[in-house]
Amino acid sequence: MIRTEEMLLNVGPQHPSTHGVFRLVLKIDGEIIIEAKPVIGYLHRGTEKLAENLQFTQIIPYTDRMDYISAMTNNYVICHAAETMMNIQVPEKAEYLRILAMELNRVASHLLWWGTFILDFGATSPLLYAFRDREMILNLLNELSGARLTYNYMRVGGVKWDAPEGWLEKVRDFVPYMREELKGYHQLVTGNEIFLNRTKGVGKYSKEDAINYSLSGPNLRSTGVKWDLRKDEPYSIYDRFDFDVVTREDGDAYARYECRLAEVEESLKIIEQAVEQFPQEGEIMAKVPKILKAPKGETFVRIEGARGEIGCYIAGDGKKEPYRLKFRRPSFYNLQILPKLLEGENISNLIAILGAVDIVLGEVDG
Amino acid sequence: MVQDLLHSSPGLANFGIFFLLATVLLLVILGFVTYGILAERKVLGFMQGRYGPNHLGGRWGLLQTVSDVLKLLLKEDIIPKAADRPLFIIAPVIAFAPSFMVMATIPLTDNLQFADLGIGLLYYVAISGMSVVGFLLGGWASNNKFSLLGGMRAASQMISYEIPLVMSVLGIILLTGSLNLNEIVAAQEGVWFILLQPVAFVVFFIAAVAELNRVPFDLAEAENELVAGFHTEYSGFRWAMFMLAEYVYMFAMASLITVVFLGGWLPLPFLGFIPGAVWFALKFSLVVYILIWFRATFPRIRADKLIEFAWKVLLPVALANIFLTALIKELLELF
Repeated sequence: MIRTEEMLLNVGPQHPSTHGVFRLVLKIDGEIIIEAKPVIGYLHRGTEKLAENLQFTQIIPYTDRMDYISAMTNNYVICHAAETMMNIQVPEKAEYLRILAMELNRVASHLLWWGTFILDFGATSPLLYAFRDREMILNLLNELSGARLTYNYMRVGGVKWDAPEGWLEKVRDFVPYMREELKGYHQLVTGNEIFLNRTKGVGKYSKEDAINYSLSGPNLRSTGVKWDLRKDEPYSIYDRFDFDVVTREDGDAYARYECRLAEVEESLKIIEQAVEQFPQEGEIMAKVPKILKAPKGETFVRIEGARGEIGCYIAGDGKKEPYRLKFRRPSFYNLQILPKLLEGENISNLIAILGAVDIVLGEVDG
Repeated sequence: MVQDLLHSSPGLANFGIFFLLATVLLLVILGFVTYGILAERKVLGFMQGRYGPNHLGGRWGLLQTVSDVLKLLLKEDIIPKAADRPLFIIAPVIAFAPSFMVMATIPLTDNLQFADLGIGLLYYVAISGMSVVGFLLGGWASNNKFSLLGGMRAASQMISYEIPLVMSVLGIILLTGSLNLNEIVAAQEGVWFILLQPVAFVVFFIAAVAELNRVPFDLAEAENELVAGFHTEYSGFRWAMFMLAEYVYMFAMASLITVVFLGGWLPLPFLGFIPGAVWFALKFSLVVYILIWFRATFPRIRADKLIEFAWKVLLPVALANIFLTALIKELLELF
């Protein structure tokens, strides 16, 4: 007798489109997904536990490895938390360097996402264009910090290195170049009928769902919620810059795509202004004690990373090491809505939905 | 020359000549595959802002594909334990053999053709349809879930697109009144069919890309979704057979488009002093270039949209084209 049955399909942990060691256990009927179960933890390194035995300066390199696509924001969140806890005033010049580094890194992160997202649809060229432009940012960050991916650039109380000679000019030149490139990106992909077909209306969720699932970053803003910590709870010196919070109403993969590309433009605005306002004189490190001790008590800070809100909670008990360190890792939270989105979709859409969420497995697994 | 041979009595000498000619054609095709792949990688590199192969065989990477093939030949032959062994072994052959068989009817110049069949076009479509069995078998026999999905996709896609493919050339058959590829070329002496039948050309080209399993219709082997589709479990020479089949089909399809729409070996006006073979090669290269260009530009279409596109867009357009062609032809004959 002929009968059909459901099939159990393992997508990952080794799969080209899971963007790392992410595993999805799918129950499929033909190509339709009946049930999806994400399995995570393949890249768990225990950053939070390790940090309990490390001094603050020693923790910073570990944060580089969490969200390795935009490591600068992770550097910043731990420094910011420690500074808030110890009441350290960061010099103005260091703040500008931090902003420049973070925004450049945000652009690099969105570019990488753009390239890989289109690559998931089988188009190879955009990836190489994105990498070509991202390479320029990595070179800039390399000149600044001495590393291309895991920067370890910020310190509690400031930054490690001053901007080298001529660096600001290079950043200034990069902004119009990137704007020009973005036009090309839109020409190549945004209007493409096949691309629209594959993203419009795919992976749609409502405003309420986004808030209930605690989504943040472009994933939240694509549903029309105007929430950006850089604007709503300004940290560092973000209140000095004029930029918009990008929102879209549809909440589908295409809205998230538009959100991210528009965010690149906003970041370029911030970079442009930061270069203009950059103070030539000044310290890059505050006066901080040789050995940093976390005072008794708790602190929680949150900032807007490339993928969403990165939070850092520190509990101190007067020792050199934090008593407990906890990160709110945006990719981990953004991923939680996936099983709900995947139900009833087909396998081609799975790639679009997962890609649009923009996860970094180092961050998901911690 | 070939025509005389075909009509002569069978004998050992004739067999030898045919065998020799077939070998020459095989070498030509393999040469194309070798340098077609290199050209594809070079052109893709050029479009994507990188170099492409540039080490082996001088700065143009002329020996890159040769060494790739050598590597594939020397690789360990792996057959998965759970695979259906006989089917697994025979699948690449089934996919590969028809791709060479279709080459027989393509008239490369006015006197170089291996089989001048009266139904050349029909033969091409019928034989090329057999390959899908190989893809489906490969996907099934691998006993891999991704491969199975890939094989199923290949089957549904190739069967769907064969229909608009055939329908689109019906207009041309109406105009020439023949299925013979030689006569189709001869009918384009005045004006190429791409100008007389532009709609048919567009439909045919799209369906051809889908038949070739190339971007944006490469769903069967969508590496981002199905890892590698029907050939996930294949490696070494068996995998090379699938790839070879794909590139020989590219050769065959580009030749067919040249013959049916671009006037085959016929020269442009006033340029008749250039030999037909050169014209054929030029037009053929243009088609191959466009195929590579597609690959650099387009993302992949979604499986359900793909089938929808074949049945809801391409087929009605092709049918309308047949109707219009027939109508115009009748009206022209009337007056």
